[in-house]
Amino acid sequence: MAILTSASQPVRKSRAGSRATRILGRVLIYGALLFWAFVCLFPIYWTVTTSFKSALDVTQGHLLPWLDFQPDWKGWRSLGLSPDSIMKTSNPRDEFVSRFANSIITSVGASALALVLGSLAAYGLSRFRYRFAWMRNDDILFFFMSQLILPPVVLALPFLVLYKALSLLDTRLGLILLYTLTVLPIVIWIMRDQFNSIPVELDEAAFVDGLSVWGAFIRIVLPLAVPGMAAAFILSLVLCWNEYFFAALLTSTDAKTLPVMVASQTGSQGINWWSMAALSTAAIAPLVIVGIFLERYIVSGLTTGAGK
Amino acid sequence: MQDSSSVADGPHHKLASQRIALSRKNAGQALVALASLGSLLVLLIQILHSSGAIAAGFADWRPILYAYLVWATALGVGQVMIRGERGLRALFLLPAVLFTVAVVIFPTLFGIYIASLDWNLSSFEGPHFNGFNNLIGLFHDSYYWNALGNMVFYAVAVLGEYAVAFGLALLLNAEIRGRKFFRVVFLLPLMLSPVAVSWMIGKSLMEYRFGPAATLARNLGWDNPAFFAHPWIARLSIEAMDAWVSIPFIMIMLLAGLQAMPKEVQEAAKVDGASAWQSFWHVTFPLMLPVSVTVLIIRIIFKLKLADIVINVTAGGPGGATDTVSSFIYRVYRDRSNVGYGTALAMFYLLMIIVLLTVLLRLSSRWTQKVT
Repeated sequence: MAILTSASQPVRKSRAGSRATRILGRVLIYGALLFWAFVCLFPIYWTVTTSFKSALDVTQGHLLPWLDFQPDWKGWRSLGLSPDSIMKTSNPRDEFVSRFANSIITSVGASALALVLGSLAAYGLSRFRYRFAWMRNDDILFFFMSQLILPPVVLALPFLVLYKALSLLDTRLGLILLYTLTVLPIVIWIMRDQFNSIPVELDEAAFVDGLSVWGAFIRIVLPLAVPGMAAAFILSLVLCWNEYFFAALLTSTDAKTLPVMVASQTGSQGINWWSMAALSTAAIAPLVIVGIFLERYIVSGLTTGAGK
Repeated sequence: MQDSSSVADGPHHKLASQRIALSRKNAGQALVALASLGSLLVLLIQILHSSGAIAAGFADWRPILYAYLVWATALGVGQVMIRGERGLRALFLLPAVLFTVAVVIFPTLFGIYIASLDWNLSSFEGPHFNGFNNLIGLFHDSYYWNALGNMVFYAVAVLGEYAVAFGLALLLNAEIRGRKFFRVVFLLPLMLSPVAVSWMIGKSLMEYRFGPAATLARNLGWDNPAFFAHPWIARLSIEAMDAWVSIPFIMIMLLAGLQAMPKEVQEAAKVDGASAWQSFWHVTFPLMLPVSVTVLIIRIIFKLKLADIVINVTAGGPGGATDTVSSFIYRVYRDRSNVGYGTALAMFYLLMIIVLLTVLLRLSSRWTQKVT
């Protein structure tokens, strides 16, 4: 990631135009970078500012707060989250808070469960040789990874029927189990890579010191695997937080998550742009913060095994 | 169940050969047998109860879940008692395997069974078997084939996403200031929930009357900027939104590949007097091929699950032009409550995905071998 480059060496071809082309190249590169940064940021900017607009400001296409239009807490008031309405009782706020809590509980619960199951399996696959029928380690790993190709629709309807019978429909536990399943392959993949990078000699030294397999795992290896665990956990968190398909099919009143709430609001006719914008802003805000401050973990989680 | 090989040259095999008392082994086997019998008994009671044969039973099937948990625990304890050290090792893998079997293998098999039923949740008569009728039905379902055709378009569009992402990765890998800032900003769309994106972009930015994108399009000379009215434009708009969300993923993977690439190779190309394009096309691109193939396959796998944006922005319209298989099945269930048929459609789709991916993996491994 070092920024030392070939630019530091003198340009040998001292043609008159070379300096001009270099400057042109710089301009093009920064132009492209700024253009894409605009593409990435504008929808977010638009959503955040729209939550402060009145109907008139929206229809007239005003974009710049204070210059173009006078910001107002309109959208946030309709959610019960503006400064003047935060102390009063508000039904939309109660609903929003309960959906928000559901989202947090399901995504944290599923990520934690997947991290436990996945770390154990990954450690086993990284250190020991298993044999189950015809399956060896690679086959078992492939068995886990192959879950990734299952489209949600394949599982959705059987789960609907099964959950009805198990009375897990519209419960957080039901969602947690499903979400764990969807992120488990990714966790196993990241954690196996992490454990492979920890030298086996450490385990062996622990055995010499009289620790059991599990003792060595918990007391010696696991503390070293924290970066990988953080990456796996955060990536799972993002995926679970954004999941919509299962949540839409399997929840109705109690366990609805935030994406389902956002989707149900867009469906209604005559949308209030300001309240939709406020809701969307509130729904994406946690992840934007995660993206800004924990970007390093997400990148390291995503790129596991990419450079091999 | 699992069995760590005793002939393995693994690092711990010297510890594996512990002597296990025979009595402990027997106790372990007895425990597993007892737990299995108990769980089967609970299952049997519940089956008989729900079929009306006996009065005793549980209100719902939840106890089966607990029975499975108890059985799984007993199996784990039994492994340790029977196999000792090797059982302790199997214990690492066992939870994940048992979990996956319970929530994937079993529902999938159950799904195959549902797929052969004529089962409409909203009708009064319960499910009844109708063999291959669902399968025959789907061959005559023009909407389903239309959705499959759209999936081909969406999957091919991954190549476009890849081209843009490669460009961005090259930009980020160039000598620039504020690389960290740009990387964070470029990553942000990936973090956003597709449902929120559906509203933010699909329903407000691209709104016909006063969305900024529509205003911009009008200023650029497109008189009638309806992004979701004409089939091809609608399809491209959906694809643009999905690309916006997922390009960062491809970009990050490619950037990691670029940064792992030895710098000397490019320096050498430069010394040889290769132009920027030549050094990209003859040096960088071939070296990036393995990463590219990996990321493209992962991306296609995820693309085949595309549903959220379509469901929320167009609901498959206009006239099914933007429908994906997932969003179509979602509507089959939501609007018609047709569980049996919907599952049959999904199972057929899964079959096609497996075939496609097998072919793709074969081709890609042969291709990368030939080139590198």
